Amino acid sequence: MIKTIAKEIKEYKIPSIIGPIFMALEVVSELMLPLFMGFIIDRGINAKDITLVYKYGGLMLLFAFLSLSFGYLSAHFGTLAAAGLAKNLRSSMFRNIQNFSFKNIDKFSSSSLITRMMTDVTNTQNAYQMMLRMGVRAPMMLVIATFMTFSINKNLSVVYIYAIIFLGTAIIIMVYFSYKAFKQVFKKYDFLNSVVQENVSNIRVVKAYVKEEEEINKFKKISLSLYNAILKAENITVLNSPIMQLTVYMVIIALSWLGASMIVSNTLTTGELMSMFTYTMNILVSLQMLSMIFIMLIMSLASMERISEILNEDSDITNPVNPIYEVKDGSISFKDVYFKYYEDSIEYVLSDINLDIKSGETIGIIGGTGSSKSSLVQLIPRLYDVDQGSIKVGGIDVKDYDIKTLRDEVSMVLQKNILFSGTIKENLRWGDKNASDEELVKMAKLAQAHEFITSFPDGYDTYIEQGGTNVSGGQKQRLTIARALLKKPKILILDDSTSAVDTRTDAFIRKAFREELPNTTKLIISQRIISIMDADRIVVLDDGRINGIGTHKQLLKTNNIYKEVYETQHKEGGEDNE
Amino acid sequence: MSRGMHGRRGVVNVDRKLDKDVLKRLLKFTLKNNKIQLFIVIIAISISSVVSVISSLFMKTLIDDYITPLTLQSNPNYAPLKQALSIMFMIYIFGIFFNFLYQKILIKVSNGTLRKIRDDSFEHMQTLPIKYFDTNPHGEIMSVYTNDIDTLRQLLSQSIPSLFSSIITLTSIFISMVTLSIPLTLVSLFMVGIMNLALQWIMKKSKKYYIAQQSNLGKENGYIEEMMEGVKVVKVFNYEEEAINNFEKLNDNLFHSSFNANKYSTILMPIMGNLGNISYVLSAAIGGYLAIKLNSLTIGTLASFLTLNKSFTMPISQISQQFNSVIMAMAGAERIFKLLDEESEINDGKVVLVNVKDVNGQLVECEQCTNVWAWKHPDHDGKERLVLLKGDVRFHDVTFGYVPEKVVLKNINLYAEPGQKLAFVGATGAGKTTITNLINRFYDIQEGSITYDGIDVKLINKNDLRRSLGIVLQDTNLFSGTIKENIMYAKHDASDDEVLNAAKLANAHGFIMQLEHGYDTIISSDGSPLSQGQKQLLSIARAALANSPVLILDEATSSIDSRTEKIVQEGMDKLMSGRTTFVIAHRLSTIKNSNVIMVLDNGEIIERGDHQSLLKEKGTYYKLYTGLLEND
Repeated sequence: MIKTIAKEIKEYKIPSIIGPIFMALEVVSELMLPLFMGFIIDRGINAKDITLVYKYGGLMLLFAFLSLSFGYLSAHFGTLAAAGLAKNLRSSMFRNIQNFSFKNIDKFSSSSLITRMMTDVTNTQNAYQMMLRMGVRAPMMLVIATFMTFSINKNLSVVYIYAIIFLGTAIIIMVYFSYKAFKQVFKKYDFLNSVVQENVSNIRVVKAYVKEEEEINKFKKISLSLYNAILKAENITVLNSPIMQLTVYMVIIALSWLGASMIVSNTLTTGELMSMFTYTMNILVSLQMLSMIFIMLIMSLASMERISEILNEDSDITNPVNPIYEVKDGSISFKDVYFKYYEDSIEYVLSDINLDIKSGETIGIIGGTGSSKSSLVQLIPRLYDVDQGSIKVGGIDVKDYDIKTLRDEVSMVLQKNILFSGTIKENLRWGDKNASDEELVKMAKLAQAHEFITSFPDGYDTYIEQGGTNVSGGQKQRLTIARALLKKPKILILDDSTSAVDTRTDAFIRKAFREELPNTTKLIISQRIISIMDADRIVVLDDGRINGIGTHKQLLKTNNIYKEVYETQHKEGGEDNE
Repeated sequence: MSRGMHGRRGVVNVDRKLDKDVLKRLLKFTLKNNKIQLFIVIIAISISSVVSVISSLFMKTLIDDYITPLTLQSNPNYAPLKQALSIMFMIYIFGIFFNFLYQKILIKVSNGTLRKIRDDSFEHMQTLPIKYFDTNPHGEIMSVYTNDIDTLRQLLSQSIPSLFSSIITLTSIFISMVTLSIPLTLVSLFMVGIMNLALQWIMKKSKKYYIAQQSNLGKENGYIEEMMEGVKVVKVFNYEEEAINNFEKLNDNLFHSSFNANKYSTILMPIMGNLGNISYVLSAAIGGYLAIKLNSLTIGTLASFLTLNKSFTMPISQISQQFNSVIMAMAGAERIFKLLDEESEINDGKVVLVNVKDVNGQLVECEQCTNVWAWKHPDHDGKERLVLLKGDVRFHDVTFGYVPEKVVLKNINLYAEPGQKLAFVGATGAGKTTITNLINRFYDIQEGSITYDGIDVKLINKNDLRRSLGIVLQDTNLFSGTIKENIMYAKHDASDDEVLNAAKLANAHGFIMQLEHGYDTIISSDGSPLSQGQKQLLSIARAALANSPVLILDEATSSIDSRTEKIVQEGMDKLMSGRTTFVIAHRLSTIKNSNVIMVLDNGEIIERGDHQSLLKEKGTYYKLYTGLLEND
């Protein structure tokens, strides 16, 4: 997992290396400063030598300036490396998600993908920045300060060994328990957030059924258990500071007691004892810093894990080794196709599908909810792969094509369709980024969208809000059809894409398809019989199996499901009045 | 849902002077329930800060007063040293104890406060009118709970205590400094002034980039959101590369601002620390001059002063480190208070729903559930009148707009007698859904009146009004939990039989039994693993169990295909029988048997009548029915 993350450092390797180097230099120059402070007092002021005061003062200024410069540089490179890592992580995640197959996408909810790309990356960025800075500073301080104490007085320094062992053990125990406790806290957080989310989006139901009280009580219960979990966790970490202080104070007292007799026996000077006191602080502060880094790293592990999940998720639909870049024609052939969404499901969503479609043919597909109409057509552009059997387009197995080529030739208007924020033109150009304005107009006309587009004050430059909220359902569908047409595909699939379009316009669209796109294979899924009744052939799906194939007239005679649907839609009034 | 009312994702506004009112209010809120605890905390912090000052001064005393004399004795007497160390040991333990005490109390206080804020926010949110949810992006409301409340954690548990302890430390050191040497204190103060200037300069820079970072985070978040929602479309259109290119641009901007924001807040420490060192050198040079050349200062005093000077600049850098968290917390607190300050829905209706029984033709209120309900109406003369709940709903000249400037419904008059089925049809934006928003008073009308069983709905207690209305919405809204819990949402004490009957009525029983765990299948709030149609059937079952005399069905069957719809329709017909029903339907086949169909256009009823008569009129309804017009 760490490896996955570390791979994303890429071009920020150099800052990641020189940042810590400058940090080390900063620590060294910083640790020189107490030395000069001592000299100013001992050699200058106590010895009444003002020139030495100025001299050491000057040196101190020099080192302060050095420490400042190194500090600036280490801050610059450290934050650069961390921000760079965050940039690369986001970019790689986004790229990988773009490579996901539908099956991969179904695994992660979009809100979880957003949290991973935003919050988790920020956590990782902070942890990395901390590692590059404090992670260098603390051990450096620890090593240099310990070295200094040993060089001053070996015997006295034994005190530090005991202190470090004591503090180290205490910190490890604490980190272990607090990590466990914080894991619980995060779980409760997630739960609390999901309850809030649910209430915000379902507020109409809550209010309609007058459930405010109950929801509040539910929330308060969760908030209480979160509170208890946090208290439990923080009551462990709160021990950190008293243990730390206890160690510092005990070390000072031990140093004073042992040091006093050494001074008396002339094996230690008072100045040296003072320096030992200063290094005591350095050693213990660095130990505490280390424990903090440790806790932060452990906490960010969860975030890193969630990021790696995305980075390591391999698309289960990949390009073949020697892909074919040309689709010959728009013929489609299903042979003994079986398909299910999840490996562990027992039942297949599609079973025993055998279907041959000629290039240029118009096929209507009809069937009840859950009859797997959408699943059937999604297999053609390889949005999902079949579990058994094969699908051929233009006589060649879809798995042998270059995916991009295949999807360019098989244009699909999805059932849950989406327009993106931007102008109508920009949205249409999704189909063909180089399309001329004339082409846009031509395809918009085919999709019966030109008329309403030009009725907007800004015409083709009308800005579409996120999610397409400022156009009506039917207009949205026509725009998405025009967008799909701009790809000039060999196969066009409409998955219930005219449900909100009025029947007259719907008929115009079909007429335009017939006349203008005679060579394009058209697959039309609809719940309205009227939208598919003039297709060359109609496929009736039931429970993932083909229940009947034929023309409208044939099916009316032979297929019960078809007949039933036709009658519910056309029995009363409707037809007579048409 | 009123369409097109969603605002853009808000950008955090941190570019303002620290809002003192917000801080004051936050402190007041924290103080409210924790006066004694905070009093103890203040004392404990003071004691532990004083102890740390004493301990930093102690080392000098130790050497000058105890160890140095020892070296002069021929027969060293360690007793005074032993005694001094013992006293210090006691003082240390004392300090540690108070340090531990205040932290321990603070954990309780800060987390208790956060919990209270969380509870209060949620509780208050539940009282807000639907308008609040319609006009604020849901992501923004959520962020109060996910981001804003947590920004207060550091403020309460770290920043404020550390500010306080720094102030105590500073004051005690300052007093000692003044007693030692006034001229040198002035030198230190001068350097403090410079540190302050440097601090302000860096803060200004880091704030600028911090704001940019927040806004870039928002933009990138928005783009990811849109691309994730539409990721399937992206794939179908081979749009991956374009999406990546657009993303990279946003990502670069974010990188730039995030890098600079972090950089400036990181260089704060070395700058402040080294300014402290300069202060030390200046004091030493000037002090040395005063002591050695002018003899106006003793050497001992100067040495002590320099020690103090070092401890004087430390708390200042400590304070400066807390600034970012204070800025963030203020921005967070502001948004929390904004939520808490939103005005609640007013519910002052005096008319309530009570159980009644029929005693000799007279309605009498009774305690136990009789399934017969009546409105208890307090009359002007103080007496109470009981009106049987029947489900008679009337609109009289109702005019309404979500915003006053834009009227959505104009002079609507309609009468629904108990048990009648009324349908609304019309194009997008004609105001169909709006009508249903008014009956249950999700929104209040500007002109005219709506009556329920002859009582103005404004007089009825909102909770009781809503209890008497069953509702099935366009977007299915389920809660995470079992299927059974979802059906029982409106009636927690329903028996298993009642649940089963409701599910059967909605024709949901069949598919539920096919699931592995049946009624105990756990679903998530987005309804997985159910299909759109199945979710819709569940929400119909939920309404069936609620068993209210008036039903509102807003596109209840829009996601069900016509064959399944036929099955659902039977259930719905059963559900609707004997109830006043308002139906908004996308597919006109489902409303053909309505008593009255109303065609809305631009907020006005342009046609009304039953199916046959409207068809004969050959007007708008005819066009809609024959598919010549778009009915959305």
